[in-house]
Amino acid sequence: MAEQYPIIVLLVLLFGALFVGLAGMADRRVCFPLTMTALVLAVMVSVGILQRVISGGVIRYFVGGWSRPVGIGIELRIDTINALVLLTITTVGLLTALFSFRRVQEDKTEKTPLFYVLYLLLIMGLSGMVITGDAFNLYVLLEVSSLTSYALIAMGKSRRAAVAAFSYIIMGTIGASFYLLGVGYLYLRTGTLNMMEIHQAILALDGPSSTIVVAFVLILVGLMIKMAFFPLFGWLPNAYSYCPSSTSCVVAPLMTKVGVYVMVRMMLTVFGTEWVFENLQYTQWMVGIAVLAILAGSVMALAQVELKKMFCYLIVAEVGYMVGGAWMANHWGMVGTIYHIMGDAFMTLCMFLAAGIFVKQAGVVRIDQLDGMFRKMPWTMAGFVVGALAMIGIPPTCGFFSKLYLIRGGMESGHWGYVMALLISSLVNAVLFFRIFEIAYFGKKPAEGHGHHVDHSEESVIKEARPSALIPLLATAVIIVLLGLFNSNLVELIERSLQGSEVIGTRALSSKGGLG
Amino acid sequence: MSEITSQYLIDHFNFWVAVVLMMIGLYAMITKNNLIKKLIGMSIFQTAIILFYVSAGVKEGATIPILEHHVAETEQVEAGEHAEGHSTTKASSSHEVHAINPDDYSNPLPHVLMLTAIVVGVATLGVALAVSQVIYKNYGTLEEDEILAKIKAAENDG
Repeated sequence: MAEQYPIIVLLVLLFGALFVGLAGMADRRVCFPLTMTALVLAVMVSVGILQRVISGGVIRYFVGGWSRPVGIGIELRIDTINALVLLTITTVGLLTALFSFRRVQEDKTEKTPLFYVLYLLLIMGLSGMVITGDAFNLYVLLEVSSLTSYALIAMGKSRRAAVAAFSYIIMGTIGASFYLLGVGYLYLRTGTLNMMEIHQAILALDGPSSTIVVAFVLILVGLMIKMAFFPLFGWLPNAYSYCPSSTSCVVAPLMTKVGVYVMVRMMLTVFGTEWVFENLQYTQWMVGIAVLAILAGSVMALAQVELKKMFCYLIVAEVGYMVGGAWMANHWGMVGTIYHIMGDAFMTLCMFLAAGIFVKQAGVVRIDQLDGMFRKMPWTMAGFVVGALAMIGIPPTCGFFSKLYLIRGGMESGHWGYVMALLISSLVNAVLFFRIFEIAYFGKKPAEGHGHHVDHSEESVIKEARPSALIPLLATAVIIVLLGLFNSNLVELIERSLQGSEVIGTRALSSKGGLG
Repeated sequence: MSEITSQYLIDHFNFWVAVVLMMIGLYAMITKNNLIKKLIGMSIFQTAIILFYVSAGVKEGATIPILEHHVAETEQVEAGEHAEGHSTTKASSSHEVHAINPDDYSNPLPHVLMLTAIVVGVATLGVALAVSQVIYKNYGTLEEDEILAKIKAAENDG
């Protein structure tokens, strides 16, 4: 049983989607329990996978028993990095499913089964992307997750949701097609689609191969569109802010993060860090663009008046953190990036859960409508504050530690611009969130106080969120703190999977080319 | 010089076709105003990549990758007549007598991969058409500039 875990986590979600679709046609009320069952099982299996990886090392699972030397089978390959990201995905999926309980039933009764089918398929696609060891299989799962997210975004009540979804479809298809073309070049040169075998074939090449470089650039550009890396982020803010709350809570934390993860996987496993960092010499460029992404995301977040839009631009900045960290060819940069993939998933989830609750309970869309929220919704605000502190980077939340590792990486590898951008972005986050705290705690400024009389009638209506919305938010807040408290254990796990690399494998070697 | 260039073009003919088709598709996706035309561009773009893969699996003079047992048996007899010295090994493992010559068969893997990619492309197109239907229902038009104008007007009103 235990050795079948890698496929079980996918099958549970896939069959969950099937049963939700079939049973949902008969009775809508069974959709939610079935979805929760599938996701709880998926989380449990992911925990099992993580335990197995910690105790037994890398898991190689051959789907259908087609072991590799024979030829064509798909391999699922799980080391500590994907085990952690897999657990993050399924946990975020579970929390958001719980959050969606009331919302989906009230918003669109006849579409409830469809929503949950798409939802489970999305989680399945993302989980599959993370654990697969096959470059083409990754493309298929990338498209499974993208297609479901297009449909979920288009379900939004706002008229603009469909327009946002359409531009996302166009951009997403270009991204996925570039990735597919890149895999095609890799296949032509190496004759295999298995990630490890591609890596060995690249190592075995005598000289530099322009085919491999083209393949890498195509894959990188495709993934940059998918992860909304500056300057290819145009589709993201509209798509994520006009979709239904329960969709944005799962899409916003996961889609971009899994994109970053796939890029990291390409750099670590498929092309190999030696090849990427020593052969290509893109480090300065990529870190430079990441600096622009961080600054642009932060500045545009400052300019927003809508809460969700602001969080969307913060995602753009956070993607900049991660891409910059991954590309600075430094041990701590890579560790910080992978740690931040997990931390940022929960931070973003916390932000969007809180925003969803504000919209639902109080109809709040803009930041200046948040006045008095600490009094009206103390528990929601408590969860929101933890997430906000993590975004700013205040210990003991995970945001502090990921920034610590990233800054350390930047200092060791001499990317001072990146370090400055990270600090500026933290300051901007502090300004943004303390502005929200001020409005929510002290209310509006006296000069704008005229509106207060009108609000009084509303005030009695605004109540604390229901438990089904509050529990996920508070659980996320607790996870954010726990990720921060246990950061050294997580980093130790991440380092285990980096050991094979000469460039970023060990702490000692990476600091060699550092400050001096 | 021109000879080298033309030789280069001919050698990579399938690549050039794929690249030209891709650029046509990309151009349509970016510049066309009508959403359906954008989707047509998207389909061309995806088809170009499918052609690229399919052409990569083709070999000159090769046939479809199905092993024909009838032919194989006659070949086995011929091979046995030709190389009598190896008869002992043949008797022990009659299956490996006539090694399949990979040059006779086109590479099936890229073609099979493209079956999946075609399905993905169809699904993408389906979702995109459904979304454009919703857009038409909401805005009464499929022209991008008109939709943007209506969004702007709605923003100014609200």
